[in-house]
Amino acid sequence: MLEELKNIKTSVESRLNEVKTLEDLNELKVKALGRKGDITLILKRLKDIPPEQRVEVGKFANEVKASLERMIEEKARELKKLELDLRLMAETIDVTLPGLPLIKGRKHPLTQVIDEIRDIFTSMGFAVAEGPEIESDYYNFEALNIPKEHPARDMQDSFYITEEILLRTHTSPVQVRTMEKMAPQIPVKIIVPGRVYRRDDDATHSPMFHQIEGLVIDERITFAHLKGTLMLFAQKVFGEDVKVRYRPSFFPFTEPSAEMDISCVMCKGEGCRVCSYTGWLEILGAGMVNPRVLEYGGYDPEKVSGFAFGMGVERIAMLKYGINDLRLFFENDKRFLTQF
Amino acid sequence: MGVSVKWLKYYVDFEMSAEELAYKLTMAGIAVEGIEKKEDDWILELDLTPNRGDCLGMINLAREVAALTGNELKIPEVFIKENEEDIKDYIKVNILEPELCPRYAARVIKNVKIKPSPEWMQEILIKSGIRPINNVVDITNYVLLETNQPLHAFDYDLLESKEINVRRARNGEKIVTLDEVERELDENMLLICDGEQGVALAGIMGGQNTEINENTTMVMLESANFAGANIRKTSRKLALRSDSSVRFEKGADPNGVIYAINRAAYLIQELAGGEVVGGIVDVYPSPVENKKIKLRTDRVNYLLGTELTPDEVKEYISRLGFKIEDVEAGFIVEVPTYRPDISVEVDLIEEIARLYGYDKIPAGLPSGNTTLGGLNPYQAFRENVRTIMAESLYEVVNYSFISPAYFDRLMLSEDSIYRRTVKVANPLSEEQSVMRTLLLPGLLENLSRNFARKNSNLAFFEIGAVFYPTESGLPEEKLKLGAAVSGSSEINWLKHKLAMDFFFLKGIVEDMLRRLGINDYEFRRTAHPSFHPGRTAAVYCSGEEIGIIGEIHPEVGANFDLRDRVCAFEFDLDKLFALSGRKMMMESITKYPAVERDIAVLLKSDITAGQAVQVIKESDDTILKEVVVFDLYTGEQVKEGYKSMAFRLKFQSNERTLTENEVNEKVNLILSNLEKKLGAVLR
Repeated sequence: MLEELKNIKTSVESRLNEVKTLEDLNELKVKALGRKGDITLILKRLKDIPPEQRVEVGKFANEVKASLERMIEEKARELKKLELDLRLMAETIDVTLPGLPLIKGRKHPLTQVIDEIRDIFTSMGFAVAEGPEIESDYYNFEALNIPKEHPARDMQDSFYITEEILLRTHTSPVQVRTMEKMAPQIPVKIIVPGRVYRRDDDATHSPMFHQIEGLVIDERITFAHLKGTLMLFAQKVFGEDVKVRYRPSFFPFTEPSAEMDISCVMCKGEGCRVCSYTGWLEILGAGMVNPRVLEYGGYDPEKVSGFAFGMGVERIAMLKYGINDLRLFFENDKRFLTQF
Repeated sequence: MGVSVKWLKYYVDFEMSAEELAYKLTMAGIAVEGIEKKEDDWILELDLTPNRGDCLGMINLAREVAALTGNELKIPEVFIKENEEDIKDYIKVNILEPELCPRYAARVIKNVKIKPSPEWMQEILIKSGIRPINNVVDITNYVLLETNQPLHAFDYDLLESKEINVRRARNGEKIVTLDEVERELDENMLLICDGEQGVALAGIMGGQNTEINENTTMVMLESANFAGANIRKTSRKLALRSDSSVRFEKGADPNGVIYAINRAAYLIQELAGGEVVGGIVDVYPSPVENKKIKLRTDRVNYLLGTELTPDEVKEYISRLGFKIEDVEAGFIVEVPTYRPDISVEVDLIEEIARLYGYDKIPAGLPSGNTTLGGLNPYQAFRENVRTIMAESLYEVVNYSFISPAYFDRLMLSEDSIYRRTVKVANPLSEEQSVMRTLLLPGLLENLSRNFARKNSNLAFFEIGAVFYPTESGLPEEKLKLGAAVSGSSEINWLKHKLAMDFFFLKGIVEDMLRRLGINDYEFRRTAHPSFHPGRTAAVYCSGEEIGIIGEIHPEVGANFDLRDRVCAFEFDLDKLFALSGRKMMMESITKYPAVERDIAVLLKSDITAGQAVQVIKESDDTILKEVVVFDLYTGEQVKEGYKSMAFRLKFQSNERTLTENEVNEKVNLILSNLEKKLGAVLR
């Protein structure tokens, strides 16, 4: 019987190598280990052999059985893996085929730029303030130290509704509205994004465009703070290596007033068409809040000071994204909107 | 304005190159936009800020260079040889409007020979963009460029009354100006008259009747000061600008009048052989004095963040040529009248800052009180809506002004409130003449233009203000959310196609509402002239209409050149904000299994899904968790006037596993309610 068991083992072992499918393996398993299998039959015959051999044969039979089970098990795993591999290979897809173009959307590039700039300033503790797009002459001009007949009104030809009401020409009226609301509390730290309107329509002017205004009022606010804050802004929007410079300028609502230039984002200051070969790009206007404007807003200019700044969103978006035509922003062509 | 560097050197010495000069001026606030080489000279193109009109004059520009370099200013001297006569015997001047004409000075020069001016003068005029005419006229222009004081020369013999009256014109009064145009005047315009006869439009242009001509032998020179605002108004009204009017508008120096008239008289004496009559007529009823402004060093440093010493402050102010005097706790600075832009202490601080150099001022961050900042709840809400919308739609930005013709194209009724617009008094065109009352026309126009450019499958939204007129004060501004879509998802090899139709838009709206914490909304069929009568709903929440959604009426579509079906919505963002709430977890996640049952019923065509779902939901509020419409069918197997609708019902308990029986009971109850209340037939 020992001989028989050995033969069964050898025969199963050799057949195992030939088995190619799980089905064949199963057949082999039933034949060797099944209820009517070769090993089972031998075990049933154990009772017929002398008791002194029975222990030895029984032990060996169980060993053979266990070993065959193990081998079959292993083979099964092997075959399963093989079958899976084959199936997976058969399922290969062309990964270069395009993905499913589900419905999707995007914020307008101007909104994206406003969001970015707003987030820079809100992270510095600025609150967002807003005001009406149709304004009174008082808030748009008068309270910003631009009296009637002031030559500065020439700079911004306005759309009027009535003699006293107009489409705001800048976001600056919100400065005064905020001061009126806040005074005499300090600090005031606001950023004002919004639509503004000027009566101008050509390749470089749009009758409606967007500005972001900023205002800080506190004790001991200096021109140095203006420089530091705007430097940080420029670096965050245009990169750490951007250079900035400030030139004296004129705005009725700030004094001293400045214009901030950044090193050209296209040529890095070498000089190119975008910067008219100057290496510099004018990016925003700023200044220390004119004491008269502080007074209009309800603050005592001897006790507090402030700085303000304003920038054109379209200009920054054009520089950031390399857009060369202002009108693209308002044509809302799908081919434009889907690029940002 | 073009400035000759060579000429500038007449008035101040400097060694810098033109580029260097341009840079220094720019960094001091006198922006140089361009530099052009012209033979042995450089022309600087200046872009002056409105407060620095004084730099239109070469001497004043030279003052800037002097202040920047510390070099001396050289003002040309004049040596007039007056004759024994008294000008009072020649001319009399009356200012009838001293507010509009604070000063009027005149000189008379005899025996003038009119001929071309010398070449050097012609060259300077040409470089400055002025056409040479004859020696006398050229001298007035040359002195204007030099001193910033406009001058005018009259042919003295053509003045009949020898009495100059400065008065307002009469309505309808006419004058032919030097450019040979007859101008009709009104009472707001200032006229220089010879007796009654107008001979010059004050501060803007002389009259043809007293023009210097080749036969002129005697000249009356005018050097006057006129109120800038009035000159500006007149110049605008007549659409007539001149080198003179530009300077008065920006503010000329009333105390520069005499130097300029003397300088011109001197040049006429030298270059036109003139004999200057003794004396000047100078009517100057209220002389303007130099402003005296207090300046504190600590205030300078307070505002600039610098550490300048009193001596440095004094040095910068002195370089400008201003007198500065020590007083207790600071200085008193005397500002000459050629710098009308300087009137208070901060103006002086700016002068110091720009001479010191903005780039030398240190940079730092404010260290005061900290602020929370960020967006207020309304702003955060609005940006949240924008973000949600931008997941499935492209944002557009349209002009806030529109064409009133859009209201007809939208087929709005004659009395529609949307036709009551805020009108722009001076629009650029009819297309931009009224403020929008709806976002819809802009969005439809966007679709139309895109289709015209062969772009298809369009899905746009906009968030923006609309404007409604009010009885008084500012118009009302309301923030709206609008969208318009047409087409489907883009073509693809997977053949998935999602139509961008009513239910696509409705899905976006429902998702938005739920994400805003608005759950009790309802879509009710409604009628709107711009929309399809059978495919439009008003959206209600808490009994209030918050928006409209539907398919655009095909005729409205046609009016916008839209051939394909278009769906659109418009919501009131303020109302949405008022209704939005905190998102709360409404249901616990139960561990007991859910049981799903599908039911299908036949319903009369006019019964809505909303009605059926409501009946189902009202049937049980204990274990019925969800009702989904999963099939809708009309056609051959369904009898005329009916539709088949199928619902998937989900039952679940938080406390136990449901039994077959209790679910069956509920389903039967639902079916019987559908039958009783809506006449449904079980399929």
